Order: sequence, then structure tokens, then C-alpha cells
Amino acid sequence: MTAHEIHALSGAYAVDALDDLERARFEDHLAACAECRAEVASLQDAAASFSSMTTAAPSADLRAKILADIKTVRPLPPVVARLDSRRPRRWANLVAAAAVLTVLGGGVTVWQQNHSTSQAPISAVDQIRTAADVTAVTQDLGKGAKATLYRSASLGKAALVTSHLPAAPNGKTYQLWLQNRAGHMVNAGLLDGSGNRAVVLQGDASDATAAGITVEPAGGSQTPSLPVVAVIEFEKAT
Amino acid sequence: MSHLQPVPSGTPVPDQAPVADLGALLRQSARGDQQAFAALYDATSARLHGLVLRVIRDPAQAEEVTQEVFLQVWRTAARFDEAKGSPLAWLMTLAHRRAVDRVRAAEAVSRQDTSYHQNNHVVDHDSTAEAAEKSMEARRVRAALAELTPVQREALELAYFGGYTHAEVAVMLDLPVGTAKTRIRDGLIRMRDAIGVGQ
Repeated sequence: MTAHEIHALSGAYAVDALDDLERARFEDHLAACAECRAEVASLQDAAASFSSMTTAAPSADLRAKILADIKTVRPLPPVVARLDSRRPRRWANLVAAAAVLTVLGGGVTVWQQNHSTSQAPISAVDQIRTAADVTAVTQDLGKGAKATLYRSASLGKAALVTSHLPAAPNGKTYQLWLQNRAGHMVNAGLLDGSGNRAVVLQGDASDATAAGITVEPAGGSQTPSLPVVAVIEFEKAT
Repeated sequence: MSHLQPVPSGTPVPDQAPVADLGALLRQSARGDQQAFAALYDATSARLHGLVLRVIRDPAQAEEVTQEVFLQVWRTAARFDEAKGSPLAWLMTLAHRRAVDRVRAAEAVSRQDTSYHQNNHVVDHDSTAEAAEKSMEARRVRAALAELTPVQREALELAYFGGYTHAEVAVMLDLPVGTAKTRIRDGLIRMRDAIGVGQ
């Protein structure tokens, strides 16, 4: 697909008329194309005006249900600007990755050049990867995607490195979990973006028995949603 | 829950819905202000639910999706970025995406639904539309739609209200493969320019 062709998908994207694969490709493109981002925003605004033609009040029950629900849900914090220059946009973390993404013909080909830029999270990953006591286990996630889990007991930290990870559906994000000895999955942070990612799992990994990857609504969840994308067991690490 | 007011049914969305207020309500919601969220719900639920219902058609499923969308709005209100679009567009984009994902997931489960939809793809003006007919904005949108070519209009309506992919729209309208997406984009651009949004 040429740049011109992918640009032409902006309208279909704005009205959710792309299939999953096209959507993922277009979102990769969006990350790198400010012009498309602006066009999509203006077209989404235009599409939203359609809804003026179809108003229908939901039942009063629903209002009560929703207002009761929110009492038990904590609003997520805003995304704050960070020193590692991640931007507060839903495709934000794709920006860095997009610089090394090339979209070709019938498939998405991902090249990952050396990740050794000065970004703090990367060097933290490398610290784990190069620890004297590091163990690693690689798991196939299907469709060419792979994830490698590293752990250093001396550092008490684990890191996950992915390759060819497909983008999470729009409005969704990958979330990571550490399974403790009691079998509970504890939030280990979000994994934004797609392709080749490298992140340190939040929390103490020294006692964890496994790491999980799930797809969650933007901002993440308190408990993992099923089905999980993968559970990678430390036991299998070498 | 004595402070809860029942929603008057069929209340049209006010024409001059103060957009800045929706932004303020979202910001207050992000800080955990439940009353602000209730006000946001009252100002937008008829419109949001009307869209979800139009796409999904099944009232029970539509209410489920509307509930999911509002919970998502509550949870992620702090992530709304006014610089990138209007509050209403943000809400409707979230709602539309979820509604479309719901009908596609249902379709993947039971493919026989497809024949039903294909036989009924003529966009009907359902009763929910009548309530909003009086709305100024709805009239503006109808006027803008009238300026599109019939193919642009039909392609847009099948995509937006029908929840069909551009490839499906192409088959439904007997368009050459790959041209429906162009019609959709051209139609949206004309709509945008006619209504004067997003510039």
C-alpha cells in the first residue's frame, strides 16, 4: 500500500469502516503523519454531527445504573508529559516506533534498528537483560509476534521485549501482569504501542511465577480481562 | 439516590448545547465529580444512545454498550484532549467505535446475520430520528447531506449507521473495489465543509 493509498483511508477510519488489519496499519501510519491526524480529527467531528439526527433517551434505569457504577470506579490520572518524551495521545507511544516502521504491499514489515537511544526505559530494560543472573523465556504469540520475558532475581525486576506485536485495537491497550505465588495477577503496567517494544514490568518480580499480557480498555484495568493474550511462566526460563 | 432526576424521554438535545460546558464537565468528571458526570450524562446521553441504538438496533444490547461507553468516559475523562477535537466528537467517536465493534463481534459469531443485514441495508428513518427532526443541527446536517452525491451519501450512511466496512459497502453499492473508501472520505469532507466543523 502506497503512502497515497493509506492516506485515502482517513475517511473510512473516521467512521470505523476499516477492518481490523487496515485499522492497525492506518493507526501505525497516523503515528507518523500529522496531516492525517488533523484530517481524521476534523472528519470525526463531521461524523459526530450525524448523531444529531438519531437522539433516543436511554431508560431511566440506565442512568441510575451508570451513576451507581461510577461510585466504584476511580477515574484514571491524566497522562503527564514525561522526561522520556512520551506524548499524551492514544497513539503516542507509536511515534518513536513509527520512525522505524515501514509499511509495504500486502503485509506490515517491521524493522527495528538498535533501540539503544538514551530513553530511560530502554536502558532499564538493558540493565535487566545484561544482569549476571538474568534468565529469559521466549513465547510465540502467533502471527509472527513473539515476546521474551527477562528476569534478574538480584535486581528483583522483569522486562518484556516484543517483536511484531500487532497494535492493540483502538481504544484498547496491552496491560502486563505479574502472577504472585498465590496465583494472583498483579498489575505490572501498560504496554503501549506495537511492533518491537521493550518495557520493564512494574513491581517486584523476584517472587513472581509468571507474567501475563492482556488487552484492556485504554488506561488499563484493575483486574485482567479474559481471554489473556499470553501467560509466560518464569519456570520455563533458562 | 434521592438527587437523581428521571430523564424525560425524547428530550431533544438543546441546539445551542454549550460545547465549552461539556469540556468543563469532562474536566470535573476527571477529578471525580459525580454530579458533573451526571450533568454530562444528561446533556449527552440521548444523543450518544441514539447513535448506539441506530447502529446496533437491538435495544437491550444498545443499552449495554451505552453503559460501557459512559463508564469508559468516566474512567478516561482525564485523557480527553480538547486541542484534538470537541468533547462531543470525542464522546461520539468512543460510542461509535464500541457500537461498531459490538455488531462486528456479533457477526463473527453468527454469520447468518449477514444476509439479514444485506437484505435490509436501505437506511430507514426510524422513529428515533423524528424526535430530533426539529433540532437545528439535525436540519443543518440533513441539508449538508443533501449536497452529497447519492453514492457518497449512501456509502457514508452504510458505513456510519450500518457499521459496515468500506469493502462491504463497495459490494452493497456495486462499486469497484477500493472506491467506497474514496466516496466515504469525499462525502465526509463535503459534510465537514458544509457544516463548518473541525477547521
